[in-house]
Amino acid sequence: MKKLLAGAAIALMGLTAPVLADDAYPERPVMMMVSYGAGGATDFQARIVTMTSGNEDALGMPIAILNKPGAGGRVGWNWLATQAEADGYTLGAYNVPHFIAQSIKGGVSYDIDSFEPIANWGADPAVLVVGADSAFNSLQDVVDFAKANPGKLTTSGAGLFVGHHIAALQMEKAGDMKIAYIPTKGGGAAAMKAVIAGEVMAGINNLSDAFRAREAGNVKILAVADLERNAFLPDVPTMMESGLDVDNASVNFRGVMVPKGTPQPIIDKLAETVPAMFENSRVQGKMKSGGSPMHVMTREEVQAMWAQRQETLTALLAGL
Amino acid sequence: MEFIFYFGDVFTPVNFALLLVGTIGGLILGATPGLSPTMAVALLIPFTFQLEATQGLILLGAAYTSTVAGGAVSAILLKIPGAPANIATTLDGHTMAQNGQGTKALQLSFLSSAVGGIFGVMLLIFLTPVLAQWALAFGPSHLFWLAILGVTVIGTLDSKSVVKGLLSGCIGLWLATIGFDDIMGAQRFIFHDALGGGINIIAALIGLFAIPQVISMFAKGRRGDGAEVMQVQKHSVFEAIRVLFRFPRALGIGMSTGAIIGLIPGVGGQIAGLVAYDQTKKFSPEREKFGKGHPEGVVAAEAANNAMVGPSLVPLLTLSIPGSPTAAVLLGGLLIHGIFPGSDLFDNHPDVAWTFINSMLIGQVLMCLFGLYVAGVAARVAQVPQSVMAAVVLGLAVFGSYSVQSSMGDVYVMAALGIMMYFLERFGFSAAPLVLGLILGPIAEANFIQGSMIANATDGLGPYFLGGALNLFLIAVVIASVAYSAWMEVRNRRYLSKEEILV
Repeated sequence: MKKLLAGAAIALMGLTAPVLADDAYPERPVMMMVSYGAGGATDFQARIVTMTSGNEDALGMPIAILNKPGAGGRVGWNWLATQAEADGYTLGAYNVPHFIAQSIKGGVSYDIDSFEPIANWGADPAVLVVGADSAFNSLQDVVDFAKANPGKLTTSGAGLFVGHHIAALQMEKAGDMKIAYIPTKGGGAAAMKAVIAGEVMAGINNLSDAFRAREAGNVKILAVADLERNAFLPDVPTMMESGLDVDNASVNFRGVMVPKGTPQPIIDKLAETVPAMFENSRVQGKMKSGGSPMHVMTREEVQAMWAQRQETLTALLAGL
Repeated sequence: MEFIFYFGDVFTPVNFALLLVGTIGGLILGATPGLSPTMAVALLIPFTFQLEATQGLILLGAAYTSTVAGGAVSAILLKIPGAPANIATTLDGHTMAQNGQGTKALQLSFLSSAVGGIFGVMLLIFLTPVLAQWALAFGPSHLFWLAILGVTVIGTLDSKSVVKGLLSGCIGLWLATIGFDDIMGAQRFIFHDALGGGINIIAALIGLFAIPQVISMFAKGRRGDGAEVMQVQKHSVFEAIRVLFRFPRALGIGMSTGAIIGLIPGVGGQIAGLVAYDQTKKFSPEREKFGKGHPEGVVAAEAANNAMVGPSLVPLLTLSIPGSPTAAVLLGGLLIHGIFPGSDLFDNHPDVAWTFINSMLIGQVLMCLFGLYVAGVAARVAQVPQSVMAAVVLGLAVFGSYSVQSSMGDVYVMAALGIMMYFLERFGFSAAPLVLGLILGPIAEANFIQGSMIANATDGLGPYFLGGALNLFLIAVVIASVAYSAWMEVRNRRYLSKEEILV
C-alpha cells in the first residue's frame, strides 16, 4: 500500500512539475502575507504596489493581502518559513532590517536562507527628529549633548531590532556615545507622539512619517540615516555629511519574497514581472501622493542587499 | 461654523449613496463577530482607491461610526462583543434580550449611540484645537496611572464578590503577559506557536463571552426545545426615547467618559464603555439592578462607545498622529489621496475635512434610523431554539476568531479560554473583569517601563511618576476609587453576607 502511494505521489509530481514550469502560472489568485496589521505602513504600501497585479502585463491574477500580525512581525515570518506552501501562490512581504536582525538575535524559525527574494518596492530611511521648539538645531548639537551627558539623551523609536533601533545603535557606535533609546509600543506613531509632546528629547522615525509631521509644523528633522539625501527632504543632510559615520543599514526596505522551495521557474517569472509591476505609473503616483518613498530593486540586487545586511547587523548586534 | 457651508456636499447623489452604503454596510460588518471597526475600515480602504478623496472619506467615516454601533447588536443578541468597546453592553443588554426585551435593548443602544456620537462629533467640530493640547498632555506616567485607575474598577465590575472580581482581573493581567514583549524583547509563556503574538484581544473576547454560553446551551440537552422559546416583547420607538431620557445621568456620564478616554492616544475606546458602565453604576441609586437587565447600563455603555469616535480622531486630524488603530487605518485612507492630516487638511482641503466630519454627523442619524428599523426584527433571534442557536453562535465564534488574523491559533486560544471561562463562571467568576485585566495589563506595563526608562535617564522615578499636577490628580482619583469600593464593600457586607449564605 505504501509503495503504491509513493508511486502515485511520484507520478503526481511528474505530472505537476511540467505544468508548474509552464507559462500557466499563475492560474488562480495569489496571496501575499503581510506580517503587520491592516492599516499599518507596510500593509498600506503592499496593497498599493500589488493593486495592478491583475493587469495583463503584470501577473494577470490579483494578489490578495493576508495579514498575520504579532510580535513585531515574527508571527507572520515564522508562518511563512514553516507553514506556508512553497507553490508560488503564497508570497510574503519582507521588512529589512527587521527580520534579519530578529533572526540574528534568535528565538525565531527563520533566517535569510529561509526565503527567496523577488523584488524590492520601497526604502524608508530612518531620520532623527526633535520637537519644533527643541534647542537642538543640528545633528552636531545632539551629538554634543549626548557626549556631555552620557545616557541622558532620551530618544524614542518604534521597538527593538527595527530600523530605528539599528540607527540608534549605529549612532552610538559612530559617535562613541551613550544615548537612552526608548522603544515604544504602538509603532512609529507612538514614538512620534512622544517627540511632539516633549516626553523625549529626540526620536528616530520613518522618513515618510517625519516628513508629514514636519509639514504639520510639529518637528524638526535633523539628519537622514542614508547614503544620500532624500528627494522628499533635499534640505536635510545625511548623518555622514554631519560627521557621524552611519550608513544605510537602518533603511527600512520593503519588498516581496517567497518561501524557500518555491519552484525555480516560478521565482524567475515573478522576478521578471514584479519589478515591472512596481514601475507602473498608477502605482508610482499613489505611492508618491502617500509620501511613501519608492525604490525598486531586482532579485539580484535584493540578494546582494540581504547578504550585506546580514554581515553588518551580525557585527553591530554582536555586542548586545 | 465653517462646517455648515459644507453640509450641501454630503447630499450630492453620489456622496449620499456612499454614506448609505457605508452606514448599512458598517452596521452589518459591525454586527459580525470578529470584525472590529478597525478591520471593517481596513477592508474598505482598497475600494476608496477608485474614489475621490471626499467620497472615500465619507465611506470610511460612515463605516467607522456605524461599525462601533453595530457591535452592540451581536453583544446584545448573541453575547458576543464585536469589539472591546461593546463588552459593557453585553452585561445588561444580553440579559435584557434573554428576558424578551431585546427590541428595547437594541432601540436604547442605537438611540444612546446616536446621542453620544453626535456629542462626540460636535466636540470634534468646535473644540479640536483645545482638545489637541489635552491629547498631548498624557505621557507614559499619566497613562500608567490611568491604567491603574482602570484596574481599581476591576473589583466592582459585574461581580457579586470583590475578591472574585480581583481574582479574575489577575488572571487577565497574567494572560496579558503572554507573548513577545516589544519593549524589553523578552519571550514570555510561549508554549505554542499560536501564542507568539500574545493573546489576541478579539479572539479572547469571543471565547470568554460566547463559549461558556454555548456550552451551557448544549449542557441543557435536547429536552424541551420548544419550551425555551420565549415571547419577544414589542416595544415602540417613542417609548424607547422616553426611557432614554429617564436616564440623563447615564447619558451624561457615558458621553463625558467616552469623550475624555477617546481623546487620549493609546488608550482608545477599548475601555470607554467599561469605565462609563462602572461609573454610572456607582452613581446610580438603582445600583443593585445593574447586570440583571437594567436599561441604564446599556445607555451608559453605548453612549460612551460612540462619544469616543469623534474625539479619537482629534490627534489624527490636528497633529497627524493616529491615536487609535482605527485612526491609523483612516490615515492610510487620507494619504492615498495625497492629503496630509494636520494644518494642511483644514487649510488646503477644507471641503474634504468638513464633508468628512459632516458625513459622520449625518451618518450617526442614519445609523440610528436603520438600527431602530431592524431592532424589532433582529430581536426575534431570541426565539430561535437553543439547540440551533448554540450551533450558530459556535460557528460565528470560530469564524470570528479565525478572521481576525487568518490564524487557526486564535481559534485554539478562543476555545481554550472559553472552556476555562465556563468552569470559572460556575464558581462565580465573571468575564468582564478578566477582559479588563487583559486590556489594561499591557497599557500599564508598557507605560511603566517606558516611563521608568525616561525617568532613569532624566530626573529619577519618584519625580517622574509622582510629580506634576496631572499625575497628582490621577493618583487622587485612584485613591478615591479604591476608598469608595472599600467603603461600599464594608457597608454592603452586613446585608450581603446573609444573602450569600442563602445562595
